[in-house]
Amino acid sequence: MSSSIKKNDRVVVIGNGIAGITFARNLRKSNSEVSITIISGESQYFFSRPALMYLYMGQMKFENTKPYEDWFWAKNNFQLIHAWVENIDLESKKVICSNGHQENYDFLIVATGSTPRKLRVEGIDLIGVQGFYGLADLDLMEKSTKSISHAVVVGGGLVGIELVEMLLTRKIKVTYLIREAYYFGNVLPEAEAKLLTQLIQSHGVDARLSIEIERLEGDVSGHVVGVHTTNGAFIQCDWVGIAVGVQPNISFLKNSRLETNVGVLVNKYFESNHVNVYAIGDCAEFKEALEIPRGNIEQTWYTGRMHGETLAFSLAKEKTAYSPGVWFNSAKFFTTEYLTYGHVPVMVQEPLRDFYWESSEKDKAFRIVYEGESGRVLGVHSLGWRIKHQFFDRAISEQWTFEKVMRQLHKADFDPEFYKSISKEVVKNYSNGSVLKNKSVKSLRTIFKNWF
Amino acid sequence: MEQILRNIGILCVVVGLFVFTIIPFLGTYQLEQKTVLEVVKPEHYEVIDLLFEPYYGKIYTNNVKFISTLEDAVKGYNNEQRKLENWDKVIYDDYVFTLAKSSVEGSVKNNPIIFLLSSVGLTAFGGLIYMIAGFFEPKRNGSQEGVFHSSMKNRGWLGILTGSYLIVFYIVLYWFPAYLVNLTEMVNPISLILSGQFAGQWFLYGFLYTLVILVMGIRMLINYRDNAYQKLRTLSVMFFQLSFAFLIPEFLMLFNMPWHDFKNIWPLDYTFFYAYRLDGMLSAGSLGLFMLFWGVILIVLGVPVMTYFYGKRWYCSWVCGCGGLAETAGDPYRHLSDKSLKAWKIERYMIYGVLVFAIVMTGLTLVNYLFEFGILNDSTQMLHSWYGFFIGAAFAGVVGTGFYPFMGNRVWCRFGCPLAAYLGIIQRFKSRFRITTNGGQCISCGNCSTYCEMGIDVRWYAQRGQNIVRASCVGCGVCASVCPRGVLKLENGEEEGRMSDLPIIIGNDSIKIQH
Repeated sequence: MSSSIKKNDRVVVIGNGIAGITFARNLRKSNSEVSITIISGESQYFFSRPALMYLYMGQMKFENTKPYEDWFWAKNNFQLIHAWVENIDLESKKVICSNGHQENYDFLIVATGSTPRKLRVEGIDLIGVQGFYGLADLDLMEKSTKSISHAVVVGGGLVGIELVEMLLTRKIKVTYLIREAYYFGNVLPEAEAKLLTQLIQSHGVDARLSIEIERLEGDVSGHVVGVHTTNGAFIQCDWVGIAVGVQPNISFLKNSRLETNVGVLVNKYFESNHVNVYAIGDCAEFKEALEIPRGNIEQTWYTGRMHGETLAFSLAKEKTAYSPGVWFNSAKFFTTEYLTYGHVPVMVQEPLRDFYWESSEKDKAFRIVYEGESGRVLGVHSLGWRIKHQFFDRAISEQWTFEKVMRQLHKADFDPEFYKSISKEVVKNYSNGSVLKNKSVKSLRTIFKNWF
Repeated sequence: MEQILRNIGILCVVVGLFVFTIIPFLGTYQLEQKTVLEVVKPEHYEVIDLLFEPYYGKIYTNNVKFISTLEDAVKGYNNEQRKLENWDKVIYDDYVFTLAKSSVEGSVKNNPIIFLLSSVGLTAFGGLIYMIAGFFEPKRNGSQEGVFHSSMKNRGWLGILTGSYLIVFYIVLYWFPAYLVNLTEMVNPISLILSGQFAGQWFLYGFLYTLVILVMGIRMLINYRDNAYQKLRTLSVMFFQLSFAFLIPEFLMLFNMPWHDFKNIWPLDYTFFYAYRLDGMLSAGSLGLFMLFWGVILIVLGVPVMTYFYGKRWYCSWVCGCGGLAETAGDPYRHLSDKSLKAWKIERYMIYGVLVFAIVMTGLTLVNYLFEFGILNDSTQMLHSWYGFFIGAAFAGVVGTGFYPFMGNRVWCRFGCPLAAYLGIIQRFKSRFRITTNGGQCISCGNCSTYCEMGIDVRWYAQRGQNIVRASCVGCGVCASVCPRGVLKLENGEEEGRMSDLPIIIGNDSIKIQH
């Protein structure tokens, strides 16, 4: 194995999110001597971004979001710099911070994550209109929602529903504008999207479907007072949350000669156009698109982690191309968890087939998609039912057939003990005799095995 | 609707607690010579009679004055004897509680039920009303929202007040019980029905303890109504407290048997091998012998076998009384546990230190007992009083419960309980129990660590895809319940692969990393 990073090299990471930190930690593990500097303007220490909503909701405090105690960084010889990066000087290999600090590097890792995508509509810069991504957004929201009574949230995605949920815990009335016919309708098939939409409405949210924002209206002091929607309605409000997706946070690179498009353009080794400069995480844009549904930019927590560990391995041990396995993801909508493995398209059309199950209380659902011809399973997802990653990762990567997966579905159960077995319900609803027969023998043994 | 219920509930609790707090100060105290004659041992009667004579027949309207007068009299006498080095004349027996109990008169003694209902009854009722409001709120499914905004739950003034009140109550209960005689009068009718005896301070304590577990257990059942594991577990601790720890021991007394809690296990039950307990059991016929046999079986077979199959949770969060209180009344404070590595280090020194102390003390006690106090004389007596004071009362009681609002609900279980230490060693090295993680789904949010009452940094393991196998885990299951991504699951399974140091975070085919 040949490592490209040498003992006395200076490695600088911009960004202390999951991608940058995972890279730094994995590099440190295989190389105890190399100098590692992590620069972040957002916070001194690494914290978990997905936990930010829980701070607003009073379920956690900032201290709890830090995966490592503060002593961890010095003990493992990481140099942390709490400053915003203004520019990069690629010629003299320098990172220039806005506080005047300059940091020289031999290897530079750009891991600056995302920033909320801005809508191009009139009034978007009014006071009380904001996106939600980082600590600054949280602080702003904490202040600007102190005494409001009615909020509008725009965007039927994962951050949108977080905002809705957060506002409800402060007893703020919420109108929720969703562009699609149902919530999350650009990702989920109609049945599931409908189920979630009903869930949202059951929490007292005024969800307006198939509606977009046209412009925002402000008062003389520049504070938002309402939004005009595409169907001609005017909704009075004193706060607007914009959650229409995120985009790579690379504006500080605009004066550098790093090749960018939406994000920093990289190949499958995370190499940019400049030698020894890499980009990982949300801010990296692969020149060659990854397999559906990954695309060119990966913006989830775990992909940031995988980028980080792959690049660290690549630089410290041997050059390795990024090759993600079976897609997976998860989310939680109010009380309902969502887990997905492989690819479940919005519309299942020939040659694909699927099987869908929904509980009678409409709080749980499961869909499995397979190739009609071969029976090969392509993807599954569940709502309100915890299903095992290991099981479906294997089933999908080993190309199990639909029948085989259904026969072993009880092995996918990850709900807590004493819960009613959802796998049994699902299989019961699937009326293929041969599957049922094999299953009953299996389950007797399982019951016996699980007895203790 | 729910706000109205909550307000009514709070009002009832406040009024009930107020009545409860002033009850000790009600009534009058009048000491009679015949009471002294009844209560005091014959060998002390002459001295005490002389000491208390000036106060006979006097009516005290202030319990502090009454109790301190008696205590000062005895104390003065003892000091004098000590000065003269008349060691055998010093009076160690504490007669003040019994004398105060026999001397108290007044409205509480005359109308115990009315006072019981308007203090403890009203508080419990208010608590229930407050919790029932939870039914009108959306289902929670693991959500703990608002906890850090709550003055009561996040060390605000309400939390500090609650903790201070509990600490004072425990100090008075353990070391100045005479001040509580009016409260024991209040529960006399219940004690008489159950055991045929007048209520002492420990009946009062047991009664309140059980009531708190039942009422706060109902809160758990409402708050975790979507979670079958939490519901069963809560019903279990409610059942064991009510029957094994409260009703059965009282019934035993009714039939002139020694008070015995069949689910309490040495070394948590540190007096189990004390001479008075052994003598009590040996002289109580076949049931007494069964108590002894059952107690030993639990120690040598029950703990290892059950812990092997289910982990220490079978006891700590399903059966135990301390655990029962922690999991019900203590649930609102679970996030206050310290998660730092330093706390874990301190924890290991302390809990195994207490275990060693308990084992050494019990060993010496047994040796002493078998040799009929021929070798060690009264030296074990001293160990007992040290252990009883520092571990049994100060640690398990005052700190263990009074510190809920300051350091979380498992301070005793985590840092002090010798039985938890014993269960933990088995759980760590020979058990089928573990918490498994769901591949690569962890987002390191930290909800699991935040709400781990034992201060385990669950996230540390979860984000590495590593099973959680820790001696201290009591298997409450709340980490799995608060996890927003379905990552954690409490399981009993094959021992093989339980403690993998080669975690798999699946999903990345580029490399296979060992963390």
